[in-house]
Amino acid sequence: MSIQERYNNLSEDLNQKFSGTLKTSFSIRNDFVCEIEKENILKILEHLKAHHGFEFMMDLCAVDYLGRQKRFDVVYHLYAPSTKLRVRIKAQVGEHETIESAHKIWKAANWFEREAYDLFGVVFKNHPNLRKILTHSEFIGHPLRKDYDANHQQRATCVEPAWYEADENYKYDPDKNLVPINIGPSHPATHGTLRIMAELDGETIERANVEIGYLHRCFEKMAETHFYQQIIPYTDRLNYCSAPMNNVGFCKTVEKLLGVEVPPKAQAMRILLNELSRVIDHLVCIGTNAVDLGALTTFWYCFEQRERVYVLFEKLCGARLTVALTRIGGMTYDNPPGWEKECLETVLKIKKFVEELDSLLTENKIFINRMQNVGTISAQDAISYGFTGPCLRASGVNLDLRKAEPYYFYDQLDFDVPIGTSGDSYDRYLVRMEEMRQSLKICEQVLKNMPAGDYTIRDKSIVLPDKKDVWGNIEGLMNHFMLIIKGIRPPAGEIYDCTEAANGELGFYLVSDGGPRPYRLKVRPPCFAIYQAFPKMIEGEYIADAVATLGTLNVVAGELDR
Amino acid sequence: MNIQVKQAEVDQLLNTSVLTTTAEKYIGWGRKHSLWPLPFGTACCGIEFMSVVGPKYDLARFGAEAVRFSPRQSDLLIVAGTITEKMGPVLKLIYDQMLEPKWVLSMGACASSGGFYRAYHVMQGADKIIPVDVYVPGCPPTPEAVIDGILRIQEIIQQGRKRAPTPLK
Ligand code: SF4
Repeated sequence: MSIQERYNNLSEDLNQKFSGTLKTSFSIRNDFVCEIEKENILKILEHLKAHHGFEFMMDLCAVDYLGRQKRFDVVYHLYAPSTKLRVRIKAQVGEHETIESAHKIWKAANWFEREAYDLFGVVFKNHPNLRKILTHSEFIGHPLRKDYDANHQQRATCVEPAWYEADENYKYDPDKNLVPINIGPSHPATHGTLRIMAELDGETIERANVEIGYLHRCFEKMAETHFYQQIIPYTDRLNYCSAPMNNVGFCKTVEKLLGVEVPPKAQAMRILLNELSRVIDHLVCIGTNAVDLGALTTFWYCFEQRERVYVLFEKLCGARLTVALTRIGGMTYDNPPGWEKECLETVLKIKKFVEELDSLLTENKIFINRMQNVGTISAQDAISYGFTGPCLRASGVNLDLRKAEPYYFYDQLDFDVPIGTSGDSYDRYLVRMEEMRQSLKICEQVLKNMPAGDYTIRDKSIVLPDKKDVWGNIEGLMNHFMLIIKGIRPPAGEIYDCTEAANGELGFYLVSDGGPRPYRLKVRPPCFAIYQAFPKMIEGEYIADAVATLGTLNVVAGELDR
Repeated sequence: MNIQVKQAEVDQLLNTSVLTTTAEKYIGWGRKHSLWPLPFGTACCGIEFMSVVGPKYDLARFGAEAVRFSPRQSDLLIVAGTITEKMGPVLKLIYDQMLEPKWVLSMGACASSGGFYRAYHVMQGADKIIPVDVYVPGCPPTPEAVIDGILRIQEIIQQGRKRAPTPLK
């Protein structure tokens, strides 16, 4: 059955069962969109999950349409891995109205709903714990509303107090002498700005909770106040360990909305950069994880390899870490002469190194003892929490967007997707190791078959002219001027597009009103869903193992808090 | 007894093997080569700071590689990354917990001025709440620039220069 037929079936079924409540449903660019009355939201979500295999709630967000009678749209993005269908459910909610919480259907909904509450003030009824998540507790107002000024800061006066989620299963036992402990947000084991609060019974974690938002840099508000081209550098700083992947994800989304396809050379370069980034991202993850277990040497070794890739990036664009390598419509520059050869040499060197790393860690007794049967998560829970990427595959679920919904040339490349069995820390490590090997294999294939041709499309309303034209003739100068002043203007509409980033599905939900700036840009960060499960994963384990587990989840604060 | 001869010997000894200085300078010289930085790495700059201490740029060459994550054990606070409003009180607390003498290096555009995040939840520079001695520009700064910043901190220490004033609340 083709995708279109499956959509038709779905839409027929929904129309039949929910004829009164379904306001509109249409399919646009492979997105199936339903607008429904908010009263029936739970019924339709449950139906979709139970009868159509929508096991994943990938994203939940709100959009503010200031001036409309019912001000907000609450938007759900669902994914069915068996049929590879994606649907977007939208429900309108007024400013002083509420909508039912979906946390009982998907565990992932918990944090996503808190985020919508924090940033928009949408109230979710029956949510177990509806409180701020990203902004600090003294923050007044809802910053992503259209009437909140992007440059209005509010100072926090105190460090956030510790707190725990209300849990009916939790019973306070006065005989147990519980010790409260706080890790982070500035702690060597949390790599960045994560904060863990826990109560210990001896060395065992009785209950735990996490606080996020310490790196909430307002990416989404910045996106609404900048031109499309200007957003690319901001995307670098989402998952800064693998910046090019975010560039590709964002540009691909805008290109899809514009309806353009980048030339083969640009596609190949994007695949190459993606895979190189995946390798260096996994290197940081494994390196820092090993540091937490006391193996500092591994970290130095891993960073040596990262430096090699930095050199390659530097030759492409002049920057090492935050590269902004892609443009809407293609790449920024052509590769400098000799770059591909050098890249191939580097790939071969890293390939050798991966085996070295393997011999250092994989069969190391201490390493195995610290990693095996620690921080286990079952496939079912992982799906419910919205895990994607290596963490999901370590639990034994075979879902990789490069295979499931291949984009660019991925369907023509020869690579395997490693799958774990038990979902523990050791499996996550093994999956990452194998992914690095596979990624390097892809790099080799791409480098040996680099397509010739242009590195970008040449549409005057999308891509800036070459510098020689800007300086050389009036037409180029005018073209440059117009594009900088007026910006790229995609048609009005909305789109969700995703790529397989180092941590999982990196999605962008873009709403355009036809202007040069996005009306709304929501990022679906893979870490956000993954980190949500962390407190449950470490409860009942040793405190030292919590650190080992955190390392294998590879939570990057820039992406988590945006 | 020939005192004359002895005086000459003493002179020679003084000329070749004794160095006169002030106590402050002597201590400053010792301090500047044994900095213990606390990397307050919150974001992308933190990743670049890992490169600075990493094998290629090797901060150990400048005597500042013994990074300590406890404020009680360190004397150089390296603010590497964006400081959000939520993080502000934490940074202040950590700074206050550090013992004197202490110095602050702000690494990157974000820590220095908020960078390109002119946004509702980003503090427009760490110097809004703590004094900063050296600002290193860049987004992220190259490791060379960070090393240069640390050399400047060393100059401040050696010369016993006064530190930047604490910002008003
Ligand atoms: S200055 Fe740039 S690289 Fe550094 S933390 Fe800020 S955004 Fe990231």
